[in-house]
Amino acid sequence: MTTTAIGGEQVGADAQAAHSTWAPTRRRHREAGRGPAWTIGALAIMAYALFPVAWIASLSLKGEGDIADGKLIPTKPTLDNYRTLFDSGEFVRPLINSIGISLITTVLAVVIASFAAYAIARLDFPGKSLLLTGALAIAMFPPVSIIGPLFNIWRSTGLYDTWPGLILPFLTFALPLAIWTLAAFFREIPFDLEQAAQVDGATPFQAFRKVILPLALPGVFTSAIIVFIFCWNDFLFSISLTSTDEARTVPAATAFFTASSNFINPTGQIAAAAIIVTVPIIIMVLVFQRRIVAGLTAGAVKG
Amino acid sequence: MAAITMRGVTKRYPDGTEAVKAVDLDIADGEFVILVGPSGCGKSTLLRMIVGLEDISDGEMRIGDELVNDRAPKDRDLAMVFQNYALYPHLSVRENIAFPLRIAKVPDAEITKRVEEAAKVLELTENLDRKPANLSGGQRQRVAMGRAIVRDPKAFLFDEPLSNLDAKLRVQMRTEIARIQRKYGTTTVYVTHDQTEAMTLGDRVAVLRKGVVQQVDSPRNLYNDPANLFVAGFIGSPSMNLLPGVLRGSTLELPFGSVELPAARVPQGGGAERQVIAGIRPEHFEDASIVGDDDRGHGSTFRSRVEVIEWMGSELYAYLPYSVGGGSVGAKLDELAADLDLEQTSGDDSQIVARFDAASRVSEGGDAEVWVDVRRVHLFDPDTGETLTPRETAGSRDHAPGAVQD
Repeated sequence: MTTTAIGGEQVGADAQAAHSTWAPTRRRHREAGRGPAWTIGALAIMAYALFPVAWIASLSLKGEGDIADGKLIPTKPTLDNYRTLFDSGEFVRPLINSIGISLITTVLAVVIASFAAYAIARLDFPGKSLLLTGALAIAMFPPVSIIGPLFNIWRSTGLYDTWPGLILPFLTFALPLAIWTLAAFFREIPFDLEQAAQVDGATPFQAFRKVILPLALPGVFTSAIIVFIFCWNDFLFSISLTSTDEARTVPAATAFFTASSNFINPTGQIAAAAIIVTVPIIIMVLVFQRRIVAGLTAGAVKG
Repeated sequence: MAAITMRGVTKRYPDGTEAVKAVDLDIADGEFVILVGPSGCGKSTLLRMIVGLEDISDGEMRIGDELVNDRAPKDRDLAMVFQNYALYPHLSVRENIAFPLRIAKVPDAEITKRVEEAAKVLELTENLDRKPANLSGGQRQRVAMGRAIVRDPKAFLFDEPLSNLDAKLRVQMRTEIARIQRKYGTTTVYVTHDQTEAMTLGDRVAVLRKGVVQQVDSPRNLYNDPANLFVAGFIGSPSMNLLPGVLRGSTLELPFGSVELPAARVPQGGGAERQVIAGIRPEHFEDASIVGDDDRGHGSTFRSRVEVIEWMGSELYAYLPYSVGGGSVGAKLDELAADLDLEQTSGDDSQIVARFDAASRVSEGGDAEVWVDVRRVHLFDPDTGETLTPRETAGSRDHAPGAVQD
């Protein structure tokens, strides 16, 4: 993550350099400032962030015998944990649930939020600040405090242990996030572009679809990632509002793992599951990170 | 192509302020009209009301014969070039220019043909596949114009299109705009705060101040016959010298002495003594030592100290200090100066800017005999600011030295 972030920053700097003649000098200054202290700091943060991941990866590759040997490099690396995971049937269905529920929530949240955020960024309507404050309040609301009532309502309405039963609360918490992120991006897009499109004969919707949306893509991807990770990582709703593999997602399912014998902890399999659920996130960030290019709007207006 | 007619067009904001006040303006088919004025005079607002980006609070706006007050911008068939170009950054130059045609669902072959034609006119052919970010300021400006000309709209609207370019490019693009407008013969409304652009480009120029049209006329008439103090001070660079004066019959008393006005310059119903503001352009002064005998009779001479000299090569500007009594006339002039963003020295001491021929040998700090062409003195009412000078009819006047005529 840390290295990719540095890459992204340089892309931004390049775009700037193309723009103003003195930008390259400024960039050189900044790089000159990155002395040994900067390198050591970066390495320290990387080690701090990545060590637990490395440890989990190592655990997932260890056999039952040496799981507690305390070594970072497994002495006899094995893929047994992964094999057991997929053979047991405790994992595949939750994985499908996780992917499905997260993707559906992400798509819904981004579509709804982009319309809402566009209106918020462009229009002045009564109750606008109330809406934004309300959205923020929901995002800040402690989810655990609604779990009890939700459990009862879901059981009586038949939403308990279903996909929509998880998608709904996820949307409730993801939408404010997405709206705030997207509104910030929409505000960055010069209003003139939209007016130019209207003068060029576009309807407001055409202006939105052909001009504003393509320019807001980095924002759309950013909020998509945020929403997806939020859903993917959720444990609370999944453990409370599901009872079977019907809708239970991976984080909750992991808690129910059983080992080959009742007297052994399924540590290796939990570690393997953790590694597997991390992979989609990494892939997603890597894929979308290339889209989140700074300065996409460069050249629109003289700035 | 179409004429644009405005009747009592007004822009009123919810808080009651009026940005544009009852503008009546007729723009003929194919005419190039400039809206000019200092910042905040409502010229851009008026343009945006024509194109439909601002609502019209009152009055009628017609394009051709159609009332367009309530029409969306897309249904008015006008093309606009924005001050900051407003190019679509995610589209190539080709797609930027093609955008209005794509929206109008013009067939692909036709689009290609028209985009390439426009690119040829604007010398953009080489850059068609580049993105706006990789273009220079002048090229971006051309792309914005390409987007306008490709559709053959009823009118072109320009909102300070050159203000973001450097001085050299500005002159070049100014010629370019004039050339393109002439080539297509499309009705054009052009907003600028730069009077050079206004004077060189427009068939007619409308001068605005605080949302009110002051005068609509050809550049030459604006210059020779300003309708009021504001137009007099705004048009011309360096601007007209405005001096407090007292008129008695045909004798005008100015801070530097009395001059006798020719009959054609005396306000009608003159006679009684009255306060006036006299306006004299810098070029209607001359170093008396180089004024020919023929002209000498048409003016008065006075002695003045020369404070500063700016030698421009082909001419020189002399700054002649004088003292005013202050009073109500002085206050009026100060107000006007603030309006025009001029650096008028407030207080009792002021200066006249005089343009002398480069042959003049006046020296800084020394005294000079200065000649003033009385045929070119404008008189304004100090209370209303309206001109008191009878309107000059073209051709009735002799050629004066230094007068801008062609």
